[in-house]
Amino acid sequence: MNDTVGIVIVSHSKDIAKGTADMVRQMVGSEVKVAFCGGNPDGGLGTNVPSIIEAIDDAWSPKGVAVFVDLGGAETNSEMAVETLQPEQRNLVVVCNAPIVEGAVMAATEAAGGSSLDQVRAVAEELSAS
Amino acid sequence: MSLPPDILKSLVRAAAEQVIASAPELTALDQAIGDGDHGANMRRGFEAVLDKLETIGTQPLDEALKTIGKTLVMTVGGASGPLYGSFFIAAGDALSRDKRLPADLAEVFGCAVGAVSARGRSKPGEKTMLDVLCPVLETLTADAGRPDLIDRVRATASKAVARTVPMQATKGRAAFLGARSVGHVDPGAQSSCILLHAVCNSVEGKQ
Repeated sequence: MNDTVGIVIVSHSKDIAKGTADMVRQMVGSEVKVAFCGGNPDGGLGTNVPSIIEAIDDAWSPKGVAVFVDLGGAETNSEMAVETLQPEQRNLVVVCNAPIVEGAVMAATEAAGGSSLDQVRAVAEELSAS
Repeated sequence: MSLPPDILKSLVRAAAEQVIASAPELTALDQAIGDGDHGANMRRGFEAVLDKLETIGTQPLDEALKTIGKTLVMTVGGASGPLYGSFFIAAGDALSRDKRLPADLAEVFGCAVGAVSARGRSKPGEKTMLDVLCPVLETLTADAGRPDLIDRVRATASKAVARTVPMQATKGRAAFLGARSVGHVDPGAQSSCILLHAVCNSVEGKQ
């Protein structure tokens, strides 16, 4: 299997994160690595940096990882998580400015074709362009 | 730069305990204009800081600040984790670079406030913790060396919190409310004020 960009889904709700990951897998099967996380450290609604780092590791690919987030704290915590990575890994992770479900599905579909991280991100972020 | 371990520990303990005790108030404020988790998140973060108190107490001040910041980043679970975490980590980084004794407090605080602003891509006037931190930075700069600096910091912080009431939020979850965010104290501004008061009180030996 050729390397493809990995996808990480970060929601305040673990159910939303898992549901989004399920939809992505339905589209691309196992061609693309997909990881998700959701919930604060106590299991309530929220996001937390250690699980985001873990999800990035799970979805890791030499071609990079595209991260999809829902609301404010998910983005802030994801950016923080990316900064804690080693520099060579950090440069290969992007937090995409795209709607979480549509963005992740579109990105995964693009990634499945072997596209670069920049291409994957561009396809997802086109959804936010108005 | 180091503080005697017992002084550093009592300072951190006082600040953490005050935040933990204020969790219900912060939650109530956040329920009005946010998602209602600010109190619980801050309590979780500062309880984790208290768990590390023995380690923090033995560290030089710059390392202690970074430990506090990293602990908050890893445990808070909301946007306030990276925001407060960046504040303490940047303050520690500034102290690591600046070996003068005593370090310029306003300069260190300014680096910390700059990190919060960058992390949140926010500026004063948007109904956030910056609406307390920035006025306090101005007081620290303008009134440095005055004998009543601590009183002035406390007064600045309290007044600044009140000034968030008429503001309309354009950052964070409260921004979704638009004009309906007007008329409420910002929870992040209040938690910043609580922390600043606790530190001022502890430095004065008041508790």
